[in-house]
Amino acid sequence: MTRKPAFVPWFVLPSALTALGLTIAMLTVLQYSVRAYIPGSLDVGGFTLSNFEDLFKSVYFNAFLNTVSLSFKTALFGLLMSYPLAYALVKTRSGWLKSTILIIAITPLFLGEVVRTYSWIIVLGNSGFLNSALIGIGLIDQPVQLMFTETGVVLALVHVTMPIMVLMLATGLSHIDPAYARAATSLGAGPIRSFLTVTLPLSIPGIIASVTTAFAWTFSAFATPQLIGGGKVSTIATMVYQLGFSSMNFPFAAALSIAGLILTFLLLSAFKRMTQPLQRVGAH
Amino acid sequence: MTNTRDKWLGYAGRTLVALILLFVLLPTIVVIISSFSSTSVLFFPPKGWSLRWFERAVTYDDFKDGFYAGLIVTAWASTLAVVIGTTLAIAINRYEFRFKQLLEGILLSPLFIPHFTIGLGLLMLVAQLNIGRGYPLVIFCHIVLVLPFVLRSLYVSLQNLEQRIEQAAASLGASPLRVVWTITVPLMIPGLFGGWLFAAILSFNEFTASLFVTTQNTQTLPVAMYNYVREFADPTLAALSVIYIAVTATLLILANKFLGLGRVLNVDASR
Repeated sequence: MTRKPAFVPWFVLPSALTALGLTIAMLTVLQYSVRAYIPGSLDVGGFTLSNFEDLFKSVYFNAFLNTVSLSFKTALFGLLMSYPLAYALVKTRSGWLKSTILIIAITPLFLGEVVRTYSWIIVLGNSGFLNSALIGIGLIDQPVQLMFTETGVVLALVHVTMPIMVLMLATGLSHIDPAYARAATSLGAGPIRSFLTVTLPLSIPGIIASVTTAFAWTFSAFATPQLIGGGKVSTIATMVYQLGFSSMNFPFAAALSIAGLILTFLLLSAFKRMTQPLQRVGAH
Repeated sequence: MTNTRDKWLGYAGRTLVALILLFVLLPTIVVIISSFSSTSVLFFPPKGWSLRWFERAVTYDDFKDGFYAGLIVTAWASTLAVVIGTTLAIAINRYEFRFKQLLEGILLSPLFIPHFTIGLGLLMLVAQLNIGRGYPLVIFCHIVLVLPFVLRSLYVSLQNLEQRIEQAAASLGASPLRVVWTITVPLMIPGLFGGWLFAAILSFNEFTASLFVTTQNTQTLPVAMYNYVREFADPTLAALSVIYIAVTATLLILANKFLGLGRVLNVDASR
């Protein structure tokens, strides 16, 4: 490190102002969360803690449980679907296959939540692709209700989080020295055994990173639970929007957001603590 | 014995990967087929074929306005994010200053703070300060959201940069600012462009926070599309999605061809 030249403060200034704006916005959420709601007005009343007491009402409590359950399911199924793809992406020796997998796997990442959710509506609807296909081959004769169900929301959310999971898993896998797996094979381990005892344990840091990200993404997903859940599957995100824009109850929306943030933080740090012994396996 | 088992294992693995790829592609295929439907109610398979929804998608006023608003927001937000990100990345990477870690921590926090919380916070802030909800608010919101990704891509390009060239310039008497301006920044250009493109794509597609901070005048394309799905059930949005998918896939195929996507995204095997 060299001595600090005079221009450094000027280089830091724009980002410091950005960080200041973000911090003030977050403090505003905090401040609103302890203010009283005046029905029919955007102004807020005096300081109160009643917003946080209301969080324990069953509607809101259920939204919390729903969000956590959706996030767990999405992260788990997302991992099961993403790992084989990431593995194939890193291991394949054919150039065009690598490019094909990469393009197919990551294009959805750049499409945005609305386009992807809309596509799933056409797939899952009562006269949509899945039901028409299943009726067409005679497997069912009445459409299966998939829209407005948790199953439908999880399916779409897995699809939404897969690209980022594939990328993170592939980054982790690509940094594992293939010599380890070769050594296992040359010592007589079959492909399954060398995968289970060498590659899989070494990829644990990537697994943890991708599961954490999937969890955080699902937690903040809005369009998917809102459109596919259609009011039947309420999450913290859909509740915050409803409270803010339908009833203009910004203080309570703020309290819900703060509680959501605290919950994310607690769950993620619990997850990190639980997986700490596993992390060490990966750090070779 | 082992050889036949390995062969079957290979087939099973390939089938599994093909099935997963099919799952990823399924919605895209279905949306493409539906966009050519002739009926205004979505049935699958469509009962007839037409291009009318494509015509409606490109002539519908809210989509046109949303497209222009989105371009304005994206151009400003991604450019400013790259400027802010570059100056900060250089300062963080090369120099020590007070509150460095705090500053970096705050700016990376949008990776874990839900977008609706950030949108809500900014909305309440301007409401409390009695500032109108105009473009500056939307642009600031997008800068905050894309900055973590820009920073990440700039760190990579700064780390790969040969520091000896900077040292050579300095030892020949160039002032630190001149070194930054004539050596560091020009050498970072591929990283700057990559970061800008990534920021632009993310900003153009950002939805949840935009829903909170935009108004009828500043609503970006994803917000206009969301409002459309809530009002209409015809395949116009399918047609618009197809245009979206075609443009995005073309950009990615080109990026892969000319930049090597695997290298940019850091997923190529190390050896």
